[in-house]
Amino acid sequence: MIDFGFSVNPSSRINLDAADGEKFHRLAALEPDALKCMACGSCSASCSAAAFEDTSLRRALLSLQNGLSDDAAKLLSHCMLCGKCTMVCPRGINTRHLILSILKIYSL
Amino acid sequence: MKNNILVIGGGPAGMEASAALSRMGYNVILAEKEKSLGGHLAKWDRLFPDQIPAKQVLDSLLEGIKDVKCFTETDVNSINLLDRSYNAMLSNGITILADAVLLASGFDLFKAEKKEEYGYGIYEGVLTNADLEKAFKEGKTFSPAPMAIGFVHCVGSRDEKAGNPACSKVCCATAVKQAIETKELYPDANVYCFYMDLRMFGRHYEDLYLRAQKSGIRFIRGRVSEVSETADGRLLVKAEDTLSSKPLKVSLDRLVLMAGMRPSKAGRAVGHQLNLTTEEDGFFSSADNLLSIQRSKLPGFFYAGACTGPKTLPDTLHEARSAAMEIDRYIKENFRK
Ligand SMILES: Cc1cc2nc3c(=O)[nH]c(=O)nc-3n(C[C@H](O)[C@H](O)[C@H](O)COP(=O)(O)OP(=O)(O)OC[C@H]3O[C@@H](n4cnc5c(N)ncnc54)[C@H](O)[C@@H]3O)c2cc1C
Ligand code: SF4
Ligand code: SF4
Ligand code: SF4
Repeated sequence: MIDFGFSVNPSSRINLDAADGEKFHRLAALEPDALKCMACGSCSASCSAAAFEDTSLRRALLSLQNGLSDDAAKLLSHCMLCGKCTMVCPRGINTRHLILSILKIYSL
Repeated sequence: MKNNILVIGGGPAGMEASAALSRMGYNVILAEKEKSLGGHLAKWDRLFPDQIPAKQVLDSLLEGIKDVKCFTETDVNSINLLDRSYNAMLSNGITILADAVLLASGFDLFKAEKKEEYGYGIYEGVLTNADLEKAFKEGKTFSPAPMAIGFVHCVGSRDEKAGNPACSKVCCATAVKQAIETKELYPDANVYCFYMDLRMFGRHYEDLYLRAQKSGIRFIRGRVSEVSETADGRLLVKAEDTLSSKPLKVSLDRLVLMAGMRPSKAGRAVGHQLNLTTEEDGFFSSADNLLSIQRSKLPGFFYAGACTGPKTLPDTLHEARSAAMEIDRYIKENFRK
């Protein structure tokens, strides 16, 4: 193929039709609280890792729902499982346990 | 002598106020332009937040006005203020001299076809909140069973281009309620709510939101920008997922538009005859928005319910009862000395 010196960028649009709902369903079956997040951001705000690395349970959950598990992996890769976020979550989610289940189900 | 009180509009506000005034011993005349009483309540299936049947509420309101003189299919042809009473000519040929008038003309649903980009009236799969209530009420289901259904909040509300910057107050709760009911009917379907803010302000409303989340309904913060048709006849919906700052698309089988509340045209026509003013939102201006929402700027002319802005049913019914008290006070001060 002739190299014209440019290429087409992959679309950054979230496509929910292509999102893997099956894994998220499994997660929700194991951790029903995964559905209760109201995106308040308390977890990320209190996260000890977030001050240094891009870490956010809120965005990780959102990424999983949007079918972007690689993004979720990045957002949780610096989590130290310290459990601070569990103390602040207003929906009473056992976030630390939830993170462990996410890592298990998505084999992250 | 029993004073005549004319109530215009036989929705929840008009019915509840008529019942209260009639219990106080007034001679109430209730005029409703439609074939039957009930206003919008008669069109709803189940009510937020507790999903009690609308019919149950309507029946108890009807029970309260057993002894009230009701004219249906009756509009107000003309109305004017005489010395201190109102002279109203009704469309059924009857003329009434009333010592006080209560306007309970309610609201009209925003015409969703005005938001052309959402495809109401263009694509078969697009319906309104009112259409869905009607389907629920008639026990109609969609076939084949939809695989994905979306709810669009703020249609014709919070939208200056659509001529209405205000919030319609009831449609967040309606969307969440209808989303839950839809998920119950089609458990395998993906259900999405596209919202900008969730205004779940009332008692038990937040519980409804949590219930919706637990049942797997996905809340996407972002306003739907456009709807188009896919090659296989489904609806392609675009929005931004503003929580992740990324544009998003999804194919749906049905899209339900939360059409907002606009002032009643027929109500405004009555107000026009008496030069009653409205605020920028088109709803009637009260004498005072804090101290006396029920009073208009004219002596003996009162408001109740959604004619002074979007309201829930409990709001509407409280106002109706307090309007009845205001009317009673007005009559006692002005006619019984
Ligand atoms: C989609 C939707 C769902 C809703 N669901 C709920 C719910 O679940 N729970 C809840 O609490 N609230 C709900 N609401 C709000 C509820 O419908 C209103 O609070 C209520 O209908 C207001 O009552 P109203 O009597 O003021 O007005 P309306 O119900 O609009 O009644 C006004 C009546 O006046 C008549 N009228 C108007 N002008 C004239 C005239 N010139 N002459 C004679 N008659 C006239 C009209 O025909 C109508 O019958 C919902 C609203 C919407 C839009
Ligand atoms: S458990 Fe992980 S995500 Fe939660 S506060 Fe600690 S480091 Fe952050
Ligand atoms: S604190 Fe809890 S509710 Fe808030 S964003 Fe984090 S997980 Fe969600
Ligand atoms: S109640 Fe909710 S859906 Fe309705 S206009 Fe207000 S914010 Fe929008």
